[in-house]
Amino acid sequence: MSSSFGAQVLVRLRPSIYDPQGEAIRRSLASAGVEGIESVRQGKLIELEVRADSAEEAEARVREIAARVLANPVLEDHVVEVGPDSVAS
Amino acid sequence: MARRRFAIPVFPGTNCEEDVLHALRAVAGQEAELVWHQERSLAGFDAAVIPGGFAHGDYLRAGALARFSPVMEPLAAMAESGRLVVGICNGFQILQEAGLLPGAMQRNRSLAYVCRDVWVRTEETGSPFTAALTPGETIRLPVGHAEGNFHLPDRDLERLEAAGQVIFRYSEPDGSLTEAANPNGSRHHIAGVRNRRGNVAALMPHPDRAWEPALGGTGGLRLFESLVRWSES
Amino acid sequence: MSGGESVPGLEEALAAGLTEAEYGEIRKRLGRTPNVNELAMLSAMWSEHCSYKSSKRILAGFPTEGPQVLQGPGENAGAVAIGRGLAAVFKVESHNHPTFIEPYQGAATGVGGILRDVFTMGARPVALMNALRFGPLDIPKNRALLSGAVAGIANYGNSMGIPTVGGEVAFETCHSLNPLVNAFALGVAPVDRIFLARADHPGDTVFCVGAKTGRDGIHGASMASAEFDEAAEAKLPTVQVGDPFLEKLLMEACLELMRGDALAGVQDMGAAGLTCSSAEMASRGGAGILMDLDRVPQRETGMAAWELLLSESQERMLLVVRVGREREVERVFERWDLDAAAVGRITGDGLLRVRHGGGEVGAVPCRLLTDEAPVYERPRAAPESFPEPEVRAGELGEPADWNRAVLRLVGSPGLASRRHIYEQYDHMVRSDTIARPGGDAGVVRIKGTPLGLAMTLDGNGRYSLRDPRRGGALAVSEACRNLAAVGATPVGATNCLNFGNPEKPEVMWQLAESVRGMTEALGAFGVPITGGNVSLYNETDGEGIFPTPVVGVVGVLDDVSTLVRQHFVEEGDLVFLLGPDADDALGASEYLKVFHGRTDGRPPAPGLDAELRLHAALRSLAAAGISRSAKDLSEGGLAQAAVESLFAPDGSCIGASLALGDSVPATTALFGEASARALVSVRPARADALAAVAERHRVPARRVGRVGGESLRIRVNGDEAVGLSLDRVADSFLHGLARAARA
Repeated sequence: MSSSFGAQVLVRLRPSIYDPQGEAIRRSLASAGVEGIESVRQGKLIELEVRADSAEEAEARVREIAARVLANPVLEDHVVEVGPDSVAS
Repeated sequence: MARRRFAIPVFPGTNCEEDVLHALRAVAGQEAELVWHQERSLAGFDAAVIPGGFAHGDYLRAGALARFSPVMEPLAAMAESGRLVVGICNGFQILQEAGLLPGAMQRNRSLAYVCRDVWVRTEETGSPFTAALTPGETIRLPVGHAEGNFHLPDRDLERLEAAGQVIFRYSEPDGSLTEAANPNGSRHHIAGVRNRRGNVAALMPHPDRAWEPALGGTGGLRLFESLVRWSES
Repeated sequence: MSGGESVPGLEEALAAGLTEAEYGEIRKRLGRTPNVNELAMLSAMWSEHCSYKSSKRILAGFPTEGPQVLQGPGENAGAVAIGRGLAAVFKVESHNHPTFIEPYQGAATGVGGILRDVFTMGARPVALMNALRFGPLDIPKNRALLSGAVAGIANYGNSMGIPTVGGEVAFETCHSLNPLVNAFALGVAPVDRIFLARADHPGDTVFCVGAKTGRDGIHGASMASAEFDEAAEAKLPTVQVGDPFLEKLLMEACLELMRGDALAGVQDMGAAGLTCSSAEMASRGGAGILMDLDRVPQRETGMAAWELLLSESQERMLLVVRVGREREVERVFERWDLDAAAVGRITGDGLLRVRHGGGEVGAVPCRLLTDEAPVYERPRAAPESFPEPEVRAGELGEPADWNRAVLRLVGSPGLASRRHIYEQYDHMVRSDTIARPGGDAGVVRIKGTPLGLAMTLDGNGRYSLRDPRRGGALAVSEACRNLAAVGATPVGATNCLNFGNPEKPEVMWQLAESVRGMTEALGAFGVPITGGNVSLYNETDGEGIFPTPVVGVVGVLDDVSTLVRQHFVEEGDLVFLLGPDADDALGASEYLKVFHGRTDGRPPAPGLDAELRLHAALRSLAAAGISRSAKDLSEGGLAQAAVESLFAPDGSCIGASLALGDSVPATTALFGEASARALVSVRPARADALAAVAERHRVPARRVGRVGGESLRIRVNGDEAVGLSLDRVADSFLHGLARAARA
């Protein structure tokens, strides 16, 4: 019996890659008088619903597409999280 | 009638300020000055035109970071006092992010920047951009943006329409509204809007790029005429 | 010497890309073994990318002089006088390897780099162009590379507020693993305000300004000189991320400073970063530089000296500030919210001396890094297949249906309208673009003057593969013909030479022959080269690219109101074909490729004398207001030129009826690519005036038809060959590329 699993993939620029957007946000916050923000890095959160037989299978599939499609390994790291099955069918 | 004095707020990343300056001075015959975004006063100015570009790189969201700039405070006061405040392209996005105009811009339906001529249909003539136009009049203008896909939730959109705040819609040259005429997927083909009071307005197309035949069109002239007429009334 | 680094040896030198002989030479010249920092600097500067060691001798043959030349090759960009006290500053440069690794950022940073080259000279950039080469679009990876590169170029140029007004793109199998991105930028400056990258006054202060330095693109300089192989994967982290917003601020800050006289010299930081920029500046001025790396603004922690020296972080410049004027510079950069750090000073000892962690960690003579880098005379050999045979229409057989043939050809990715691409570029910002992309040349006017600057990029790898000398001459010929078509006079040229591995004699032969052909044409037209770039080692797994010289030519319109566009204007206008009778030759043509899948055969012969006369005639017709439209004939021949003439940039279109003579077979008449020809339309009342101008310039002019109607009709040798409605032509020509790119 397959179930639907909610998965989240957090895609972020690798630490050594310059993040112009994050830097611009940091500077704007500083110029707006917001204090104490030392660094801003911007990423993407991608949410997926995956149909699979098990959480392990769902996670394996999401990991595969995260590495191959969702993140650009030249520039980005990613973190995958798969939640408990939400909808059984 | 005395010439009006227009402020052109310039943010880091703004890039159409010279085009607007030239259009206001040499084409519309008005006084105009560039105003750096760090200015805290717009004293001595009758009106403001926020030009296109990529204020603060359009990072986070187009127009989002500009609202923290000091010049936005006197600009909001100028709008509040009923004086003319208009935006072109990125200026539209900035006015939306600042809460002075309704709606938000999503990425174009094509997901790509689009630079080409479009036609817009005049929807009403109570705004600074349309005061010299006639309802239904169509005008050819260039667009150049990646995020011009006007969005507003259903109920707000109905209110906007009911209040007659849509000033331009993307159309065919004959005024008909086809999918092909809508360059970015805007809801209800919306290319320009105004506030309820009518003194704040903006559009995505660039009248500042269409004021002589050598540039490929003169559609922008009619909009600058409108600015002058509205500010004189 | 301190620094605590272990002393590297031959093994490290080889790993850094030096040869054993080069390493030996370095030890001899230094009189000792270089330490790790010195080795890093020397290996980067002696790489092909920085030293031009394989191409230098060949490039020396280019014509570089002329009364209008203000700055020839060797600076950040070239400069020519264009009248009214103004100079055009321009250059084209490749960003091929970075684009293959990451198309969006690779292409974007190519635009960023070429813009810095131009505003470094004190010129405000006013126009961009780009030349692109990708593999066939039926392969998904190639579509991704195209869309990524175009989006990257678009985002950078659009954000900077500089219009992209022209360019070219071609698709060949050899580019699947070796795409080409050549970016061109043009700026305008007062002739007396041109800044040079020179440091010649000891005591002046060296500033590093713009972005902070991180571990971006380290070894990029040596990477761009190495053939790709599977190990390229391992080099992935060397991609740089561009920040057009920061560059816009950097540009405004630099141009503001350049209005005063606080700056003694300016140099963009590109390949090999701090090392290359400081060594080149000092060596041009015969000076030295003492640099304290601890004072370089850094984005990351724990960077080693050699990493700081080689980092290719984008959006950085090196400024030489007159002693005592430092505060002025700092104030300007503060206002633009940019880092500006005094990192060193100019010295009189001719050395690039580097301090880090409180001690000196390297000292190398500047000249050893630049002028005294090795230069090679590599062996050259023509391939056995050279010269290729001619390809004649008779051996190919005719298409069964001329209409379908025309539609297929003008809708093919090689010839279809580039609208899908250039609509993604802002080509109207600055409100000076008076000839939008899609025509023979992009033209921007200069407000407040009657002047216009026309520009074009041209190159044909197929031609150059089959006959590099002809290919080079044809690229220059087409570029100058494009300018003549809009009415402009060429004043200067730049070039980007994209080739394979120079250690292969055949590649060296291609390079030398290409330069020879270009030189012959440039000489015939009186156009000097003012700068450019060489990109070698465009090979992956031993598979090289077609030799691809890309030529950028800039022309002046003394009165922009005489600009001639390429589209037909009015019903009833007469159409003339200018130029000599074409040979029956289809070698290396688009037709041969699209219909027969062949890239072989001898390309057309460049007729330089006929070209020169045609260009003069086209300019006379424009200046006298006789021509209403002009379109040069090139790839795709007359059929392509006729189709391109039907569509105006405002979206309107008009038909035409043409009749061609019987001097060559129908296939060649329609699709042959013989040079020195153009299609011109005039009002009927000006037909005699056209004939007189053509006669004066000894250019054959044949009346071939009339503008009007809702279709394109072409009779060949008395038979109606083509009869196509405008809708059908538009569907193929205007949308062909978008369909192929989005498939």
